[in-house]
Amino acid sequence: MQDFDIVIGLEVHSELKTNSKVFCSCANKFGQAPNTNCCPVCVGLPGALPVLNKKAVELVIKAGLTMDCEINDLAVFERKNYFYPDLAKAYQISQLVRPICIGGHIDLKDKSVRLNRIHLEEDAGKLVHGTQAIGTLIDYNRGGVPLMELVTEPDISSAEEAVEFLTNLRQKLIYAGVAECKMEQGGMRCDVNVSVKPKGSDKLGQRTEMKNLNSFKSVFRAINYEANRQMEVLRNGGKIIQETRKWDDNHGKSISMRKKETSSDYRYFPDPDLLAVEIPREDVETIKKSLPLMPDQLKSIYMNEYGLSEYESDILTKDKELSDYFNEVVEHFNNPKEVTNWILTEVLNRIKDEESAEIKISPCDLAKLLKLVEDKKVTRTNAKEMLTRIWENDENISSLEKEYGGRVDGEELKSIVEKIIANNSKAVEDYHTSDTPEKVFRWFTGQVMKETKGKANAQKAEEYIKELLK
Amino acid sequence: MNLKDLSLIDLAKAIKERKISSYDATKYYIEKCKENAHLNAILEIYDDALENAKIMDEKIANGFEGKLAGVPVVIKDNILYKGKIASCSSKFLENYVAQYNADVVTKMLDAGAVIIGRANMDEFAMGSSTENSAFGITKNALDESRVPGGSSGGSACAVAAGMCPVALGTDTGGSIRQPSSYNGVVGIKPTYGRVSRYGVVAFASSIEQVGPITKNVKDNAYMLEVLSGGSEHDETSLKMDSCNFLLQIKGDIKGLKVGVLKEIEDAVKGLEVEKAYNDAKEFLANNGAQIIETSIPDFKLALPCYYIIAPAEATSNLGRFDGVKYSKRSQNAKDVDEIYIKSRSEGFGKEVKRRIMLGNFVLSSGYFDAYYNKAKKLQQKLKNEAKTVFEKCDVFILPTTTGEAFKIGEKMGDPVSMYKEDLFTILTNILGTPSISIPFGKGKNGLPLGLQIIADNLNEGVIYNVADFIEQNLREV
Repeated sequence: MQDFDIVIGLEVHSELKTNSKVFCSCANKFGQAPNTNCCPVCVGLPGALPVLNKKAVELVIKAGLTMDCEINDLAVFERKNYFYPDLAKAYQISQLVRPICIGGHIDLKDKSVRLNRIHLEEDAGKLVHGTQAIGTLIDYNRGGVPLMELVTEPDISSAEEAVEFLTNLRQKLIYAGVAECKMEQGGMRCDVNVSVKPKGSDKLGQRTEMKNLNSFKSVFRAINYEANRQMEVLRNGGKIIQETRKWDDNHGKSISMRKKETSSDYRYFPDPDLLAVEIPREDVETIKKSLPLMPDQLKSIYMNEYGLSEYESDILTKDKELSDYFNEVVEHFNNPKEVTNWILTEVLNRIKDEESAEIKISPCDLAKLLKLVEDKKVTRTNAKEMLTRIWENDENISSLEKEYGGRVDGEELKSIVEKIIANNSKAVEDYHTSDTPEKVFRWFTGQVMKETKGKANAQKAEEYIKELLK
Repeated sequence: MNLKDLSLIDLAKAIKERKISSYDATKYYIEKCKENAHLNAILEIYDDALENAKIMDEKIANGFEGKLAGVPVVIKDNILYKGKIASCSSKFLENYVAQYNADVVTKMLDAGAVIIGRANMDEFAMGSSTENSAFGITKNALDESRVPGGSSGGSACAVAAGMCPVALGTDTGGSIRQPSSYNGVVGIKPTYGRVSRYGVVAFASSIEQVGPITKNVKDNAYMLEVLSGGSEHDETSLKMDSCNFLLQIKGDIKGLKVGVLKEIEDAVKGLEVEKAYNDAKEFLANNGAQIIETSIPDFKLALPCYYIIAPAEATSNLGRFDGVKYSKRSQNAKDVDEIYIKSRSEGFGKEVKRRIMLGNFVLSSGYFDAYYNKAKKLQQKLKNEAKTVFEKCDVFILPTTTGEAFKIGEKMGDPVSMYKEDLFTILTNILGTPSISIPFGKGKNGLPLGLQIIADNLNEGVIYNVADFIEQNLREV
């Protein structure tokens, strides 16, 4: 059977994290009642004119800098003319000839994927398909939301790599504060170009395109399906036609949507309503300096300076909120290893149990708690209980400290153990005769903890019990 | 008080000094609009105009001051005035109600103006005779068998016939200056970016401007001051405040360097306007100006350049009119595609359709470089050529039209000859420079001809000085 290489290129749209839309002052906000977040500009009323939101340009520059793109010193907006009901003006303001970013790359574990460009454009409205009686309705709230479109070179060769690329990209955008990439809200959407060619051949095969995939899982499945479909066609002596295909996630297959031959001619030309954007080198340098540390940079700090394992560093940097949290705790309690232990177990387990992303203890409180443990002011067991109470009831750490603080130890602890053993001769006898003496032993430690309200030094208590039960 | 001969400035002064009320002035002009209904210059007189005049009178009594306090004004039908219909003289927008105020409307209202109505025009400002209006032909104020010019034909006719002291027009290829010339009034196309385009229904965004049409030059300077000034709604508006153009009218043109283009000497030969143009040169020379022969070698290419850039932008600007959100929906449509196709087929007039097709053609892939890109390069070349002119000259002059107003229907069957109507006016839209048209001389039927005075960007003050000098002194020749 003939072997093939798969060649994949991606076009990724991400909604930028600005306060207002890209060409008007409407809020850039998701989830409002239909057509309540629009103005003459974003619904394209006659006479309305776009005015560029400079913040959106800054965010695209930021994105580009995290991917080593070249930043154009002059960026131009063009009109992409096409007719579709969700496009209020019958043209989309986009960029063709002079995008903000050119080139660049994103490095995966085993390869570097080259980027072609990143440009800024406006999002369209949204069609809401109702019942037959209602028909299709248009919601223009999304119209004019700033979008960055990133286009890769066809450097990706498997569905796994595509997902790795997207994960990496998403992480970068979130870390740089460029986008939130909320997939379920359409905050990040992906067009996939797939072709196959005989293994080792340097001639690209005919490609097909699947548009608007909105989950990594769909991207993964769509690529595998489409690559297999193409290989099947070629093995049977068929030909691949250049076309746009629709990915049907429910049925797990792609369906031909339109042939490229009949696709629209976008009649791009420079938008006469907008000035070309000059991007001085100094501005780019300033933005560069303002960039926060990227996940790979953080990872190397965690491993080399903090002595964390790669596994631990990966988990901590997977999510910006988590690494921000970690960094802040470490700022107040300078024992990264200990902080990591607590976060990876106590914090993440609770989050996992609750299926929520919210860490319900402030970094400051967690640092205080760890300090109390380190200073032996509370026991580890009590600290965990305190964490639970803060987490669940938002209790005050200082009052909890009063309640749990003061460790029972030494002679005091020993006399308590003596007293318990003296008052429970039956249990002492059981301990010596039972097949499972460890159960009885645990009962004794439990009694000590109960008596000391958990403040006993657990290790010492066990030593005393062992000694006195001999 | 005799309002008929009162200039805009004098009327504003009289209202301010409360020699006449805004109410009476507004009523007078509304009467004039009604008397002249047969000219079909005004599409609608706003029913709240008198009410607004009354309110202005109260404000003025309470000390309100504004350059246009209580002054009645007419706007072209493509300028948005909130709550009022703005139809662009198109059947497609017959009932379209403006949702917000154009910047120029806001500026006029802030200055105290009472907007009394909207004026007829060529549909979507495409045309040179107002014959392309879906709501009937406007007649020339001076000869009803003739066109008033276009596309701001209604505005120019309204001023000439005394229906208002000032009207706004828009000028994309001569649409203020040519009708001003045909009706014997004064109209300016300001420097591109001098006036905000926000709220003006776009035809060719990169070259068009709003400007005033008035009975005389000083009124025009006074009105442009109100309209000018950068706007945060329009990126292409120049980020500068308005200025007092009247201060630059000095009543003297001694030593002024006036350019005459070699290309025009040839172009005017045998035209009706030839004598008036030559008279203008002589008049300026006799009054101390220095006439300098200069050249814009590609002058004639401005016209084809315009007929590529303007339709290209128009086709994109008009794409939004689809019969769905606004603009009239066809009653004969059975499905979505038919809504689009039939609404547009029925809604747009012939000339608009012609330009939409032209624009799509020049932008389509494979033709883009040959047409649109070449036109943009040519535009840059013309700007460079004009630059050399302004290195030697303070202003240069051009005729406004080839002759006096033509007969209604005369050019409707011949679009190319209609397009050539803009031969002399289009250049400054391509250049972006300011240009005024003032009456100068008469044609063979005794109808007015126009002279354009053109200066470099932002030099409207120089233009007004020359124009005013001619206006003040020509009668005595």
